[in-house]
Amino acid sequence: MDRFRMIFQYFQSNSESVMNGICGLLALASVKMYTCFDFSCPCLLRYNMAYGLGIMFVPPVALFLCGLILNRQSLVMLEEWRRPQGHRKKDLAVIRYMCSSIMQRAMVAPVVWIIVTLLDGKCLICAFSGSVDPEKFVGFANASPVQVQQLLAKVPCKDDDLMRNNTSRKAVSRYLRCWSQALGWSILLILIVAAFLARWLRPCFNQATLLQARHWSNYIDMEQKIFEETCCEHSRLFAHKCILHFFESMRQEFKLHSFSMPGEGEGAEGEEYLLQGITDQDRVNKLLKMWYYEKPPLDVSQV
Amino acid sequence: MDKFRMIFQFLQSNQESFMNGICGIMALASAQMYSAFDFNCPCLPHYNLAYGLGILLVPPFILFLLGFVLNNNVSMLAEEWRRPRGQRGKDPAVLRYMFCSMAQRAMIAPVVWISVTLLDGKCITCAFCTSVPVETLGNGSHAGLSQGEMKRVLARIPCKEIYDGQQLIANEVAVRYLRCISQALGWCFVLLMTTLAFLVRSLRPCFTQAAFLKSRYWSHYIDIERKLFDETCAEHARSFAKVCIQQFFEGMSTDLAATRCHPPSKAPADAGEAAEKLLGITDQGTMNTALKSWHRCKPPLHLHLPALHSSNGWAGEQQPPMHPPVPRREMAAYYSGV
Repeated sequence: MDRFRMIFQYFQSNSESVMNGICGLLALASVKMYTCFDFSCPCLLRYNMAYGLGIMFVPPVALFLCGLILNRQSLVMLEEWRRPQGHRKKDLAVIRYMCSSIMQRAMVAPVVWIIVTLLDGKCLICAFSGSVDPEKFVGFANASPVQVQQLLAKVPCKDDDLMRNNTSRKAVSRYLRCWSQALGWSILLILIVAAFLARWLRPCFNQATLLQARHWSNYIDMEQKIFEETCCEHSRLFAHKCILHFFESMRQEFKLHSFSMPGEGEGAEGEEYLLQGITDQDRVNKLLKMWYYEKPPLDVSQV
Repeated sequence: MDKFRMIFQFLQSNQESFMNGICGIMALASAQMYSAFDFNCPCLPHYNLAYGLGILLVPPFILFLLGFVLNNNVSMLAEEWRRPRGQRGKDPAVLRYMFCSMAQRAMIAPVVWISVTLLDGKCITCAFCTSVPVETLGNGSHAGLSQGEMKRVLARIPCKEIYDGQQLIANEVAVRYLRCISQALGWCFVLLMTTLAFLVRSLRPCFTQAAFLKSRYWSHYIDIERKLFDETCAEHARSFAKVCIQQFFEGMSTDLAATRCHPPSKAPADAGEAAEKLLGITDQGTMNTALKSWHRCKPPLHLHLPALHSSNGWAGEQQPPMHPPVPRREMAAYYSGV
C-alpha cells in the first residue's frame, strides 16, 4: 500500500523522468526500426540518390514529430502559451524553457536514426555511389562515361549479375562506407561534446533564472494534472449525487401515486435503503424507463 | 481495496501514458499480425492487382471496425446520441468529442498495417509487377512478345522459382525497382500521418481549449454516471433479491406451520444468529417442500417491507444522516487525453 503510494507520488512529482523514459524508448524503437527495415537500394541512376537520402532524412522527421506528439509537456506548453492572460501573468522564460526541453527530448530519436544510418553505411553507399570519381578505381577507369555511371549505380547491389565478383565494386563500397562511418562518428563526437559543454557551462549563465523557470514549468505541469484529477473526482461525486437524487425522486413519485403503501420506514440500514419505495417489478421497470426517456437534469442543488 | 483505488487514481491521472500504452500495444499487434501472415502472390495477370491491393486495403478496414467494436465507449456514444431529450439537453460538442477520440484510437492499427505493408514491399511488388517500365529497365523489344504474353511473363516477377523472363527484364532489377517505390510510398505515408497527428494535437490548444475542457468533462461524466447507475441498479437488485427470498422462506415456513397446525418452531432466544438464519425451516420435509415450491412456483416480484417502529417522520427531517453504506467502488473511466 505504501509502496503504491510512493510509486504514485514519484511519478506525479517526476514527470521529467517519465518523459526521459519515453525518450529512451523512442530511441530504442528507432534502432529497432532501422534493423527491421529491409534496405534495398534500387541501383538505378536517378533513383539511388533520392532513395538513399530519403531513407536518411524522412524517418527522422517522422520520429521528431512522434517525439513531440508523445510528450505530454508539449500540450502543456502550448496551452500555457495560448491561454488568455486573465489574472495570471505569462512568463516567457518558462515557456522558452519548456520549449527547449521538449525539443531536446524530441531530437534524440532522429539523431539516433541518422547516426545508426551513417555508421551502417548502406544509405550513403546507395546515395553517392554514382558520384564517386571513377578514375580512382581500376575497374571503372576504362569504360565510357555512360557505362561507368550505370556500373557505379549498381555498386550497392552485391548480388547483381554484373557486380557479383567485381573487386572494384568492393573498393568503391569500402571507400564510401569509410566516409560514412567517419561522418557518423564525427557527428556523434560533436554532439556529445556539445551536450557536455552545455551541461557544464549552464550554471555559469543565469542559474537563478533557470531554477525559476524549471520550478514554474514543473508547477504548471503538476497543476494541470491535479486539475484533471479533481475534475474526475468531482464528476464522480456529481454522478453519485445525481443518481441518488433520481432514485429518491422516483420514490417520492411512487409514494404520491399510490395511497396504500405498507408503511415504509426510513430507518432501514444497509441494503434496504435503496429498496425504499421500489419494491416490485413494475416500479423497477418504470424507474429504468424513466432513466432512459427522461434523464434527470444536471442539477443536484436541491439534494 | 485501497490498493485498487490507488491504481485507478494513478491510471486516471496518468491516462496519457495509459492511452499511449494501449495505442502502442495495438500498433505492435498489427505489425505482428502482418509478419505472421503468409503472403502468397498468385503470379497471374489480373489476379495480382486484386490480391495485392486487397491485402493492402481490406485488413485495415477490418481493423478499423474492430477498433470501434472493441471500444467500450461506443455503446455509451450510441446511447447518448439516441436518448430522448427529456429534462437534460444534449450537447453535440460532447458527442463529437467522444466520436473523434474513438476514431483516433481506432485509426492506429490500420495505419500501422498500411505502413508495414508498404515498407515491406511485397504487396506493391505483387500488385504492380505488370506495370514495370520494361523499356527503361530491360529489353523491351526483345523476343517480340505480344502485350498479353509480356503481361503474363511480368506477372511472374514476384514468384522467382517460375519466372522465365530473365532476358526481358532481370528479376532482381524489377523487384528492387518496385520495392524502392513501395518503400518511398510507405515513408511518405508515415510522414503524412505523423504530420496530421501533430497538427490535430497542437492546433487544439490554440483554438478551442475552453470548449475542449467542457466536452472532456461532460463526456467523462456521462461515462461515470452510466457506470455508477449500473452499479446502483446492481445493488438494488441484490437487495431486492435478498428480501424477496427471505420473504419467500418466511412465507413458506408460516404456510407449512399453518397446514400442519404446528406453531413454527421459534428459536430459543439465546440460540444466536445461526438459528435465526434457519428462517423457521428446520427439518428435511419442510426444506424439500420449500425447494420444490421455489422451482414450481417462484414468488411474484413484489416485496412487502415491514413497517418499522422507529421514527417515521420523513417530513420535517433533513436527509437522514446516513449515507447508503454500500461500498463505494471506484470507477475508472478512461477518456481521450488527445
